[in-house]
Amino acid sequence: MEIFKRKTDYNFMGYRKKFLIISIILMISSFVLLFSKGLNFGIDFTGGTIVQVKYEEKAPIEDIRKELEKTDYQGSEVVEFGSKEEIVIKIKKSTTNIERDIGDEVREILKSTGKYEIRRVDIVGAKVGGELREKGIMALILSLVVILIYVSIRFEWRFAVASIFALIHDITITLGFLSLFNIEVNLDILAALLTILGYSLNDTIIVFDRIRESIQRTKEKVLYSLINNSVSKTLSRTTLTSLTTFFVVLTLFLFGGEIINGFAFTLLVGVIVGTYSSIFVAGTFLLQLKFSIENFRNKEAEKEKKRKEKENLRKMYEMGRV
Amino acid sequence: MKINYKITILFLAIVFGLWYSIPSLLQTENGKKINLGLDLRGGMHMLLRTNVEEAVENKIKSVASALKYYIEKEEIITGGISLTNGRIDIEVLDKSDILKVEKMLNEIGGLEIKRVKGLFDIKLTEETKKETREWAVKGAVETIRNRLDQFGLAEPTVMKRGDLKMMAVDENLNNQAYSISEREAQNYGSTIKDSKEGRKYILKDIPILDGKEIVDARVAFDESNQPIISFTLSSLGGKIFGDFTENNIGKRLAIVLDDIVYSAPVIRSRIGGGSGQISGGFTIEEAGTVAIALKSGALPASVDMVEKRSVGPSLGADSIKASIIALVSGFVLVIIFMIIYYGIAGVISNIAIIANIILIIAIMSLFGATLTLPGMAGIVLTVGMAVDANVIITERIRELLKEGKRMGEAIKEGYSNAIRAILDANITTLLVAIILYAYGTGPIKGFAVTISIGILVSMLTAIIGTQGIYEMLLKKIKNQKIWFGIKGDK
Repeated sequence: MEIFKRKTDYNFMGYRKKFLIISIILMISSFVLLFSKGLNFGIDFTGGTIVQVKYEEKAPIEDIRKELEKTDYQGSEVVEFGSKEEIVIKIKKSTTNIERDIGDEVREILKSTGKYEIRRVDIVGAKVGGELREKGIMALILSLVVILIYVSIRFEWRFAVASIFALIHDITITLGFLSLFNIEVNLDILAALLTILGYSLNDTIIVFDRIRESIQRTKEKVLYSLINNSVSKTLSRTTLTSLTTFFVVLTLFLFGGEIINGFAFTLLVGVIVGTYSSIFVAGTFLLQLKFSIENFRNKEAEKEKKRKEKENLRKMYEMGRV
Repeated sequence: MKINYKITILFLAIVFGLWYSIPSLLQTENGKKINLGLDLRGGMHMLLRTNVEEAVENKIKSVASALKYYIEKEEIITGGISLTNGRIDIEVLDKSDILKVEKMLNEIGGLEIKRVKGLFDIKLTEETKKETREWAVKGAVETIRNRLDQFGLAEPTVMKRGDLKMMAVDENLNNQAYSISEREAQNYGSTIKDSKEGRKYILKDIPILDGKEIVDARVAFDESNQPIISFTLSSLGGKIFGDFTENNIGKRLAIVLDDIVYSAPVIRSRIGGGSGQISGGFTIEEAGTVAIALKSGALPASVDMVEKRSVGPSLGADSIKASIIALVSGFVLVIIFMIIYYGIAGVISNIAIIANIILIIAIMSLFGATLTLPGMAGIVLTVGMAVDANVIITERIRELLKEGKRMGEAIKEGYSNAIRAILDANITTLLVAIILYAYGTGPIKGFAVTISIGILVSMLTAIIGTQGIYEMLLKKIKNQKIWFGIKGDK
């Protein structure tokens, strides 16, 4: 079976302005969303307490709210979680006092509301959240630097910059969707974002690798058509891998249960955006950065020459002539 | 059919994988298994933070106590000894005593001493502070572990500070206890503490004795049958206590437990024998808790709870079920799709992908790694990457076949073309995973470990393993349609 059978190249770069405009609109809307509405940070980042309760019958949310209003926990949010029986109580406060057990306290408070089981209690102190954020940002910056260095060494700095642009593009738009759909951002979402970072990088590098290879193997001088050719050649692989990943993530999203829902949603958006960017946008960045095939070819030729010289020298050395 | 080294490696890897993954897959009694994380199995996880600065503060205070005791014992005449902001100031009035004090300070050690004539300015060296902080954390771990072993988690004592101090009431200042601020009190070398009944006391900041000198504590009852805690002091503690009570008859002595004044009786006579008692309206349970905390050694500093996560067993079981259903069904979809799309090449890819999963499980079991929900997602990602590696290789071979290359050539060249792309893509992801491991916490670390293992394994199975299979079967591969799923032009 084959999906893309065409033998001529698709003219992706011909539409690059249109795609660039779509990307810019998406990115700007994401920024606007992030700065106006912001992200819905969960307790992992803000600190606070979460109590998950499962009732034997439909959860009496109104009663629960009423009972909570009478106590220290007034103003807590009570929402349904996955099913009608299950609810989550989000309490802004957390306690640093070890001898207090919020789980036990809530159990006492809810006594009159029916038969239930406390399934999960998460308490996160406010300090941890700050540290997590700092560490997260640090990790992100370091990752970008490492990618820049590695790709610069293996390819050229313009490839590195273009791949970083593509990453920023993907992460920003995914964050925009998280904000739009009000997904609660916890540690697992951070993991998902980092996965997308890896995934999108993977995709972009496969395309760039093809471009690098074509530069070395063909005599094509126009970057425009070279990119078209490379993207077309990798199209089958990009689509296939994206589709399989998409299916796995989709099943995770549909059947993985409420807890993993936000995680799967983030991956779902990320896979789509990442695939889109590596096909339609990454090459454009390379074009905009005024990448020169000529220079790259010369440099590669130089490298190859040096390598051969070294080899010759070694051969001569081994044969005892030096 | 020829056996080559590549297929031998794949075969050994699969044997190794099966051997070490069986305990985890079948949940056997013996053998190393993957630990299920909190979110999958249920249980409780707590992150505590020791307030190490408190330990540093206590350290300088106990230095001050020792100095004060020594100065009084040796009858050295001073212009007073004071403790402010972690510094002890002593003015020695008689020059001939300066040497004695210096000798004493040297004996204590770890101090930074400045002296201008008879005026001593003492603080802890940075190194001592650092040591004290480290000791505070270690001590906390040790004490908590001890108490957990002895009393179990149900006891509230486990985290109780259990810090007992004897402090002198500042009789000159005490009548202003309600009008003075803590800061003003500190100017006089005193501190304000609340009593259990809600009264305020002004106490001399430098304690007479601290909890280190307690050797035993138990619950007893006073004349009116109220529970009290009686404690026994070490011989040094008993001596200090005796000397102090002898010199301070008519004044009050406060017994402070975890920063709360429990009682402040007037000293009627010298209390020798090195024992004493704390009364303060305890319930029997309370008295028991405090006694245990005192006896098992005080925590070097108070401990805060930073994070606590508890998951009921039923929730864990639910999330395992849901994730496994999702993963298995997603996986089956991919396997079927690969066969439909690529034909026998898909089957070979599937062998690599399954070997990949078995190996990840085996290596994680060997490490005793903990599997959490994000970790499971990490497995999904790496399986995705393993599929990707196979797709890249097969696509390359197809491409060459379409260009009209012969089968053997197409496979060989296809691999060498694909390897560079796979390596570059995987190495960058691996680098990111390493950074995640270094900077991440808990679940993120687990995620990074899973990805790293997965990437390394997938390079082994996809690049070496499948190539071995092709090389072995090379002579039999003829029909492009059946083997690679494309129409053969020739």
